[in-house]
Amino acid sequence: MNGPFDFTLSLADDALVAAQRLAEWATRAPEMEEDIALSNIALDQLGAARLLLSYAGELEGAGRDEDALAYLRDDREFRNALLVELPNGDFAVTMAKLFFLAAYQLPLYTALAGCADERLAAIGAKARKESAYHLDHGALWVKRLGDGTEESHRRMQTAVDQVWPYTHELFAADPAAPVDPATVRPAFDEVVGPALAEATLTRPDSAWAPAGGRAGVHTEHLAYLLAEMQVLHRAHPGANW
Amino acid sequence: MNPRDAAASVVDPEIRVITIDELGILRAVEEDPTSGRVTVTITPTYTGCPAMDVIRADIRRALTAAGHPDAEVQTVYSPPWSTDWISEGGRAKLAAAGIAPPAPVPTAGVVSLTLAVRCPQCGSPETEQVSRFGSTACKALWRCRSCSEPFDHLKAL
Repeated sequence: MNGPFDFTLSLADDALVAAQRLAEWATRAPEMEEDIALSNIALDQLGAARLLLSYAGELEGAGRDEDALAYLRDDREFRNALLVELPNGDFAVTMAKLFFLAAYQLPLYTALAGCADERLAAIGAKARKESAYHLDHGALWVKRLGDGTEESHRRMQTAVDQVWPYTHELFAADPAAPVDPATVRPAFDEVVGPALAEATLTRPDSAWAPAGGRAGVHTEHLAYLLAEMQVLHRAHPGANW
Repeated sequence: MNPRDAAASVVDPEIRVITIDELGILRAVEEDPTSGRVTVTITPTYTGCPAMDVIRADIRRALTAAGHPDAEVQTVYSPPWSTDWISEGGRAKLAAAGIAPPAPVPTAGVVSLTLAVRCPQCGSPETEQVSRFGSTACKALWRCRSCSEPFDHLKAL
């Protein structure tokens, strides 16, 4: 990866795909309050995605706006990490994904707020406040489920085991980027380690670290997600509310 | 009406008891001295706030009515909005409408949920959070243990 366009696009796609996945919970969450919570978090992610996509379009200079980038790219052109495109699974899997993503986005956006690129700094300063709230929410559920009943503990541990390998890709070194994601790994570990311990959960030891999303090589799940997200815009180009 | 007052009179479409000026999202109103063209600068509460398009349209409508049909509305993201920007008058209006106003933002920049929130109905500090999220991006749902009424609370941000 290289250059501010690719970097900005990778952050934008993380947020956009996370928003789309979270929105799938609408009307299906285990309780009404959680339905509202997940929709709200999806909305925050979508807000950040729109700002980042618009800016990426300007950096590219090829006339693509946020809609062109969101709706008219195929899966191979998406730069999101594999973590966000994984299916929602049960509620524990969704919480594991939410928690790990927020624990990465918060220090990343915080570092971005102090970077030399004014536009990215403004987006980072805004989005980090929202990420802090997402992180609180994810951590709360990981602890509640992990340190809950035998069944909730079993499910939460299974979810952590399943999602954990995908966290490594988030921190792939990119020294040329405005903020090298590798530099926020310590902040991630500082939050995740104690939270998992408090939740009586074990961090997997596996060295398996699936990757490829940043290069456009995705799991089979992304294409289905995009098909649903893009169908209306592609069937009715330029349609407006 | 001068452009500043016209823009400041626009109410928030989701919390209609408070103006965008009292909410702190109206950042500037400038009138070009030569062309007379008005530029209004606003900032969103949350990045994904779905009310922004309506707010822009309402500002243009208010300025058109005030004699400035060519007003431009621009959106800025820096510095990021904080609930500390809600005016004293705005806080009083929120409370009167049954929405508990936000506490001051903790300086560490970490969201704190441990501060007591007073019930906007009966004033009791014996309240509890029902949901960390609410009917709009900026609110959480609370309940009063004294009078049993549920109420919205604007989250400190």
